[in-house]
Amino acid sequence: MKTAGRVRYYIYAVTLFFIAVSGFGQMPVFKRYYIADIPGLGWLAQFYVTHIIHYTAAIVLIALVTYVLLDFLFNGPGLKRITRSGYFKIGILAGLCVSGVLMVVKNLPNSYFDHTVIIVLDLVHLALCMILLGTSLYTLIRKKKWVN
Amino acid sequence: MTTPKITSNISRRAFLKGSITAAGSVVATTGIARAATSLTHEKQEPLATLIDIRKCIGCEECVYACQAANAEKYPEPEKPFPKMVPPRVPVEDWSEKREVTDRLTPYNWLFIQTASVTVNGEQIDLTIPRRCMHCANPPCVKLCPWGALKQEENGLSRIDSDLCLGGSKCKKVCPWDVPQRQTGVGLYLDLLPALAGNGVMYKCDRCYNRLEKGEVPACIEVCPENVQTIGPRSEILKTAHALAREINGYIYGEHENGGTHTIYVSPVPFDQLNQAIETGKGKPHLNKVKNMMADGTQLAKAMLIAPLAGIAALVGKFYLSTKEDK
Repeated sequence: MKTAGRVRYYIYAVTLFFIAVSGFGQMPVFKRYYIADIPGLGWLAQFYVTHIIHYTAAIVLIALVTYVLLDFLFNGPGLKRITRSGYFKIGILAGLCVSGVLMVVKNLPNSYFDHTVIIVLDLVHLALCMILLGTSLYTLIRKKKWVN
Repeated sequence: MTTPKITSNISRRAFLKGSITAAGSVVATTGIARAATSLTHEKQEPLATLIDIRKCIGCEECVYACQAANAEKYPEPEKPFPKMVPPRVPVEDWSEKREVTDRLTPYNWLFIQTASVTVNGEQIDLTIPRRCMHCANPPCVKLCPWGALKQEENGLSRIDSDLCLGGSKCKKVCPWDVPQRQTGVGLYLDLLPALAGNGVMYKCDRCYNRLEKGEVPACIEVCPENVQTIGPRSEILKTAHALAREINGYIYGEHENGGTHTIYVSPVPFDQLNQAIETGKGKPHLNKVKNMMADGTQLAKAMLIAPLAGIAALVGKFYLSTKEDK
């Protein structure tokens, strides 16, 4: 793996870790299950902290996705070389970005979303996250790459 | 400056007898009624309430009217409660203490705080109706992980008791710790009652069902002293500022947490009032509150330029590779 590719990989891995952890931190589970009691992990139970970390990680992820997408279009190996698991993860990531951005808009002042839309967004975002984490674990263990 | 009324101990019922007729006529002829008729408009400015602390006599009519108007929304928990795992999860049961009116509980969404303060050398007791502030950008609504809370276009925020799992996040992110939990009720009982959830959170919903019918909230309608006024936020702010100028008073709620839909006007500075009231569990403070959602809003703006950062990185990469080729 070239240096640029390695850097990209690690940025993605670190971002995915923090965005997932802070995302789960939006639910009141880390305190309940003693995880936030572990020294150094108290921030997991501070909702405004996890909220800011989640947004910050989302900014990095969106920038990374834009970079990779354009790099692939202008300089990439071609769509045919993307693996099936690669396409699947791209689809899930796209869904996460779209639902996430809509939730960010929902959280802005003077922004009123229909209640049903909010519930659907919350559940879709959570479901897509679980699917992405499961798929990422599978592709990591089976050493399946994004492109052939 | 108008001298604030000194609170007197008046029998709730006795007071009601003498003032109900007058209160009814005031409601029918003042801006309250006008506000009620405008509540049904589809597109409208968020509604706010003005609470003129000087007028409150602490009779608790609003408290009992709130309880009567919202009784059908109160929890009827199933007992015994499911065993919680892990055991640190607190059982919060107010079902045997429904009569409590000196703090916020799942069965009491409005209470009266008392402050003994000195004004112009005179010791007076001020009484302050306290309930949900109905923030303009409410963290409880925006940060609920399940969408169990909703904010309506008329500015009120409320908890959907059919969806709430009682995780209490709304209370933790509320600058005033307003929502209160009742264990043993709600959706969590049908999911994983031992492992996730812990009941339902409750708070003032500003009588949304009454507003939908064009009526004003019960606490406003019943108040014999017209302590509260409801109307479009800009009008309420205008009135509040005029009143504050008139009495050389102070305003609370206009800027707290980025702005709320509950505006208090007091003849006494709020930091002084805050020191005089009893605060603690179910008893909100009157401190200054920064905009809790402001950091998130700033980052949301940064999110808009995130794609540009990605493009910039790509341009940098092309520039470096072109330079290396040369």
